[in-house]
Amino acid sequence: MLVKVAINGEKHEAEVEPRLLLVHLIRENLRLTGTHIGCDTSHCGACTILLDGRPIKSCTMFAVQAHGREITTVEGLEQDGKLHPLQEGFMAEHGLQCGYCTPGMLMTSVAFLKKNPKPTEDEIRRSISGNLCRCTGYVNIVKAIQHAAAKLQGGA
Amino acid sequence: MALRTSPEVGGMGHSVKRKEDPRFIRGKGTYVDDVVLPGMLYLDIVRSPFAHAKIKKIDASKATAIPGVLAVITGQDLAKYNLHWMPTLMSDTQMVLPVEKVMYQAQEVAAVLATSRYAAADGVAAVEVEYEPLPVVVDPKKALEPGAPVLRTDKKDKKDNHIWHWEWGNKADTDRAFTEADVTVKEDIYIPRIHVASIETCGCIADFDKVNGKLTVWMTTQAPHAIRTVFALVAGHVGLEEHKIRIISPDIGGGFGGKVPVYPGYVIAVAASVLTGKPVKWIEDRMENLQADSFARDYHITAELAAKKDGTLTALRIKTLADHGYADAAANPSKFPAGLFHVCTGSYDLKAAHVEVDGVYTNKPPGGIAYRCSFRVTEAVHTIERMVDIMAHQLGTDPAEFRMKNFVKPEQFPYKSALGWEYDSGNYGGALRKAMDTVGYAELRREQAEKRKRGELMGIGISSFTEIVGAGPSKHFDILGLKMFDSCEIRIHPTGKAIARFGTKSQGQGHETTYAQILAEELGIPAKDIQVEEGDTDTAPYGLGTYASRSTPVAGAAAAMASRKIQDKARKIAAHLLEAAPEDLVWEPGKFSVKGAPNRAKTIQEIAFAAYTNHPQGMEAGLEAVSYYDPPNLTYPFGSYICVVDIDKGTGEVKVRRFVAIDDCGNIINPMIVQGQVHGGLTMGLAPALFEEISYDEIGNIQGGSFIDYLLPTAVETPKWETGHTVTPSPHHPLGAKGVGESATVGAPAAIANAVVDALWHLGVRHIDIPITPPKVWRLLRDKGVTE
Repeated sequence: MLVKVAINGEKHEAEVEPRLLLVHLIRENLRLTGTHIGCDTSHCGACTILLDGRPIKSCTMFAVQAHGREITTVEGLEQDGKLHPLQEGFMAEHGLQCGYCTPGMLMTSVAFLKKNPKPTEDEIRRSISGNLCRCTGYVNIVKAIQHAAAKLQGGA
Repeated sequence: MALRTSPEVGGMGHSVKRKEDPRFIRGKGTYVDDVVLPGMLYLDIVRSPFAHAKIKKIDASKATAIPGVLAVITGQDLAKYNLHWMPTLMSDTQMVLPVEKVMYQAQEVAAVLATSRYAAADGVAAVEVEYEPLPVVVDPKKALEPGAPVLRTDKKDKKDNHIWHWEWGNKADTDRAFTEADVTVKEDIYIPRIHVASIETCGCIADFDKVNGKLTVWMTTQAPHAIRTVFALVAGHVGLEEHKIRIISPDIGGGFGGKVPVYPGYVIAVAASVLTGKPVKWIEDRMENLQADSFARDYHITAELAAKKDGTLTALRIKTLADHGYADAAANPSKFPAGLFHVCTGSYDLKAAHVEVDGVYTNKPPGGIAYRCSFRVTEAVHTIERMVDIMAHQLGTDPAEFRMKNFVKPEQFPYKSALGWEYDSGNYGGALRKAMDTVGYAELRREQAEKRKRGELMGIGISSFTEIVGAGPSKHFDILGLKMFDSCEIRIHPTGKAIARFGTKSQGQGHETTYAQILAEELGIPAKDIQVEEGDTDTAPYGLGTYASRSTPVAGAAAAMASRKIQDKARKIAAHLLEAAPEDLVWEPGKFSVKGAPNRAKTIQEIAFAAYTNHPQGMEAGLEAVSYYDPPNLTYPFGSYICVVDIDKGTGEVKVRRFVAIDDCGNIINPMIVQGQVHGGLTMGLAPALFEEISYDEIGNIQGGSFIDYLLPTAVETPKWETGHTVTPSPHHPLGAKGVGESATVGAPAAIANAVVDALWHLGVRHIDIPITPPKVWRLLRDKGVTE
């Protein structure tokens, strides 16, 4: 089947099997390998991307379901050489170690801060509860999101 | 430790931002599954639904008829090359692919080679295997009963399921101490089977070039050099010699020990690439990862502790059944079958101790050890910290006061333990006092007494652990005879920038940053000017890899020693440039100056340039050094953790209200990274304490084989950790550092378990095995008649 998507603002089309998972379209057909795979039951969130601005787990969706829609991956966060405040926050607050869960955490948080620009710590923790991190113990991920929230507020 | 360098140089003690992060936050890391090679094939694995069964027939005809499926590889195929079995590090054997029977659920049965990931999976579903189920042995106690089915029928003379018996310590002295004791306590403690579940699973791409006979393997491995040697030793007979093998360990998405072993999937991928001459990718999925890869713990412990009336501890006696699954494949390089379990006297000055461990075969996956822990030290710490707590409660003494009384005292270091270890340094009372002050211990005890009057369940738990890391001195450790040194090779470029390569391999610990800081400290070259590389056996010096918190104690020491060799040569060059005698020069990080004439100085950058342009006659050009460091002793990080829990009487849920962790890992290289390591370690201590367990039903079906029922803590369950530290340098490490990556995983579970038991002791509860789940607590409360 032919699937047409816009990824990080660029239009792509590909001839795919109907069963191809969206994450495989992104990683293998389009070679955007920042989106990761960490499980097979939709629990870990390493494959989180934005589909029309909403965070979804791309391992749990077929590529053809994304036909005609806009996808943002971690590679699309940096704009004109300027990092997204969440990317800066994760670096500043040591919010990552092995880096494997990081793209998913970033994408979930991008959508979350749009919906809830002034979150409490509890709200932040609930917002990333669909993303597993095995390295950081989450403390510094929470700080990274708070760092970005403050920066986005200041810039507004 | 006072800072010796400016923030711009970024030596030890500076929270330098990580060099790794710019690529990771852009999604530009390179993990194994990100690598695609031209013409690459995909491997997927058929796995057994039975825990113990004869393989009667494997019919691949339907699979090979699927478009894209090229071959189905079975044990019979590998047997032609004698590659169907492989040796383990523990002098045992394990199957690569079975010829006769399978020994655990999810064991590899056959492998499908195909042109795409999806075709390979189709092939796996189409392979038809006929099994004849055999009696299953799950319980290690039953495995030792007379008449139990003998599992290792491949071993001709094997008549039972007993692997080995090991004992250590003075039995007569220990037994006498128990006879003479005023008080003894005894407890059965089970530490269940768990899994590291790094978010990246395991996998590889094996790429055999038929023309030049070279095998390159991109691999999720924590120990690339050791893997290269193992491959050469195991497959030398089929032409894979060590100079023709290159292991590349790229970015690794978490290791925690799970990426040390050689799994059958790697070996099959290598065999498939050698046979086809094409690159072959094998990436396991999460269920394969949880169900078949190396586990940790699974120790059935009976412990006894003896004391005098006045509360002085005298002796410890332990008997343990170690469930190893169907093969002893523990990634344990120590000379002891139970690893470093005999550090179980912990932080206490016990005069006598005796430990016995028996290894047992069962119908479970092989492995052991891997879970962010230095070879059974978590089992040791959990046992002694639970037992000390039980004894304190039994005597009616405050557990903090009881620990203070029995600690090894600062003036006793270096301290020889009853089981023979030489602890390098410690101030256990200092760490516990700081934890008590931070948490407000006395006030919490008052609050607990008041709540208890009202029937509320609140507990305070302490764990004052001593770790044993930095494998290791070659008298205690080797891998196939390889001494467990590690290495650093430094090259200073003419413009004063540098590259440093190591035999270790970071999996998230931040080596690119912290190693650069060690060089910055020792040479005064800014950390930002130093490129650190690891993980490619064609370029890095030989080393034994990263696990058991050994990178800082061993490779970090090598970095210091190599830097000092460079400094020695730099001194001679500086003397030549300054026309002074080498011994008249004074070093401060980054420059040599003439004693008494500080303006007559040469920076390390000027010296580096001269090393290539204007070095003294008779001296070789260049400014390079390499060090292979075999540590004289292990290091002994320690700490005291205090956990406060509230228990919901309606649901049995344990809520960690506060958790204060005071760690002492000696001198600190990067405080930000150390704190991050402690945060992560604490969360991997919380996990087995409250959530994670891999158990099996009576016919060997795995319970906990996916993220649906193997519960990793999310940000919601994880408390807001409160961390701090004391600093007691290691006297034998060149930087005074000790290692910290695993301390918190080792120390935290006992603090949590002790807090829960502390909340319930007055109801008659003495011990609860981890994981302390709501149903377990609720049933206890129901039995005591206190559920709501």
